[in-house]
Amino acid sequence: MAITEDAPPGAQTGPADAPSGQEGRRLSSPLVLTLTLVLAVLAQSPIRGLLGTPLMQSWMTVFVAVTVQALPFLVLGVLLSAAIAVFVPPSFFARALPRRPALAVPVAGVAGAVLPGCECASVPVAGALVRRGVTPAAALAFLLSAPAINPIVLTATAVAFPRDPEMVLGRFLASLLVACSMGWLWQRLGRTDWLRLPAHGAHEGATKGEAFWHSVRHDTMHAGGFLVLGAMAAATLKAATPADWLRTAAGNPVFSVLALAVLAVLLSICSEADAFVAASLTQFSLTAKLVFLVVGPMIDLKLFAMQAGTFGRGFALRFAPATFALAVAGAVATSAVLL
Amino acid sequence: MNRQAQAAVMFLLGAALLHAGSTDLYLRYVKAGLQPLLLASGAVLILTALATVWYERGRSRRRAAAGGSEGHEGDTHGHPEPRISWLLLLPLLALILIAPPALGSYSALRSGTALQKPYALGPLPSGDPAPLSVVDYASRAAYGHGRSLHGRTVRVTGFLALDHSGAPYLVRMALNCCAADAQPVKIALTGSLPPVLRPDAWLEVTGGYTPRLTHDPVNNGPVPYLKVTSAKPVPVPSDPYDETWNN
Repeated sequence: MAITEDAPPGAQTGPADAPSGQEGRRLSSPLVLTLTLVLAVLAQSPIRGLLGTPLMQSWMTVFVAVTVQALPFLVLGVLLSAAIAVFVPPSFFARALPRRPALAVPVAGVAGAVLPGCECASVPVAGALVRRGVTPAAALAFLLSAPAINPIVLTATAVAFPRDPEMVLGRFLASLLVACSMGWLWQRLGRTDWLRLPAHGAHEGATKGEAFWHSVRHDTMHAGGFLVLGAMAAATLKAATPADWLRTAAGNPVFSVLALAVLAVLLSICSEADAFVAASLTQFSLTAKLVFLVVGPMIDLKLFAMQAGTFGRGFALRFAPATFALAVAGAVATSAVLL
Repeated sequence: MNRQAQAAVMFLLGAALLHAGSTDLYLRYVKAGLQPLLLASGAVLILTALATVWYERGRSRRRAAAGGSEGHEGDTHGHPEPRISWLLLLPLLALILIAPPALGSYSALRSGTALQKPYALGPLPSGDPAPLSVVDYASRAAYGHGRSLHGRTVRVTGFLALDHSGAPYLVRMALNCCAADAQPVKIALTGSLPPVLRPDAWLEVTGGYTPRLTHDPVNNGPVPYLKVTSAKPVPVPSDPYDETWNN
C-alpha cells in the first residue's frame, strides 16, 4: 500500500505558502478565529433552525456528550504524557522494563491496569512512552490494555453483569491476551518506519516548565482535534444505525459476534460505560457481548482518529485491522474456555 | 492555527467547560459524577492557555533580542501547528451557542427499553401518592408482579414519547457515563390522559398499577402499563437522566 510517508497529517504546508504565506498565516489565524466566532454568533438563529429536527438534535447532543465526556480524560492523559516527556528521564523506563522486548510486552500490558480512565487518556501516554525510548511493542501493549483492564472499568463491568461475574474475568484475561499478542506481533512484524510520530516540541523551551506547558498545549490541540473527528463519526452512527439489523443478526452465532464487534467500533463508547450498553443488548449471547467489551476499548472510530494523529496514518491503517481481528479472535477463544 | 489562536480556543473551551460544569448544563450530556473532573479539566485548559500566552511573550522577547530575521527563522524551523485543531471550534460553538437539549423521544423510540431485573425490591416510599422513578416503577411492575404496588397511588415523572400508532409512553433515559450510552426505560400509559399529547413534553403522572404488560418492539423488553388518574406538565428536571444504575 502506497502511503506518502513524507508528511504527518496536518503538516501539508504547500509550496504556495512558503515564506510569504508563512507570514500571512501567522497573521491570519487569530483573525480567522475571530471572524468564525462573530459569524457564528450572528448566524445563531438560522443555524438553530437548521439543527432543529429531532435527528439533528440528537446528533448534536451525542456529539457534545462524547466530546465533553472525553475531554477531562484527554486532559488527564495529556498532563501525564507531558510529565513523562519532561520530568521522567528515559533511563527510568530502561530500568523499569525488562530489557528483552518479549518480556517487556506483558509487563507493560499488566502496567496498563494502573492508568485509571478510558481510552482517550491512553493514546497520548503511549505516544509519550514511545518518544521516551520505550520499545514500541511494549508501549502498544500498554495502549491496548490500559483502557480495558483498569479497576474502574472492571468494577463497571461487574456492576453491569451482576449475574455473570465470569464476564469480569473474561474481559480482563481476553484484553490482556490480545494486548500482549499485539505487542509480540508488532515485535515480529512491525517496522519502525510505519510509526510516524509527528514532530513534537517536548524538547522545545528554555525551561522544564516551558517544555511541559508546550507539550500540554500541543497534545490537547492535536489529540483534541482528532477526538472531535471521532465524536462526529460516533454521533452519526449512533443517530443513524437502524436497530432492525441488530435483531436479525442476534439469531446467528457467527453474525452476532461480528455484528457486536462492528458495533463496538462504530459506537465508540467510553470503556467505562460500554459494559452497560453490552448488558442491555439482551438478545445477544455472552460470547458476543464479551467480543463487544474487548474490541471497543482497543479499536473504535474515535481511537482510530486519535491513533492516526498520534502515531501517523500509515501506522493506524495497519494497526487497526490487526487489532480488530486479534481482539475478536482473543475474545471468542477466551469465552470458549471460560463462559 | 498559531499559538495565540490556540490559546484563545483553549481558553474559551475551558471557560465553556467551567460554565457547563458549574450550572446544570453538563447534566444534559454526562453523568453527575463527572462534575469535579469537568471543572478540573476546564481549569487546566485555562491555565494552559495562560501559560501559552506567557511563554509566547517570552519567546517573542527573546526573538526580538536575537534580531528580527533570525528569530523568524527560529520560529518556522519547528513543525507547523496542527490544522486539525480547528475542529475544536465545533463542540465549543455547539456548547455555547446551541446547547442541545438532553436526548428525547426520538432517541427513546429508536432503542429498546433497558429495564433489567433488579437485585431486590424494597418497600415503597411512604407518602400518598408515593414518589417513584420511571425505572423503579417499571422494575416493580414488570419483575415484582406489582406486589409492592397494590392498592397504592404512585407519582412518576418522565417525558412523553408517542410510537407510530400514537400510543403514549412515559420515558426516562438511563445514563451510565454520557448521552452516547443513554438508554430508555419505558412505561406505557393508559387511563385518563390529557387530550393533547406532545412528544418530549415532561409530565408528572399520578396513577396506579395495572397488571397489563407489553413488549418493546425494538428489543422485546418488558414495558409495564400505568393507569393514569391525573397528569400535569412539569418543567424539565435539573438532571433529565436517570442515574440509579451508576451506584
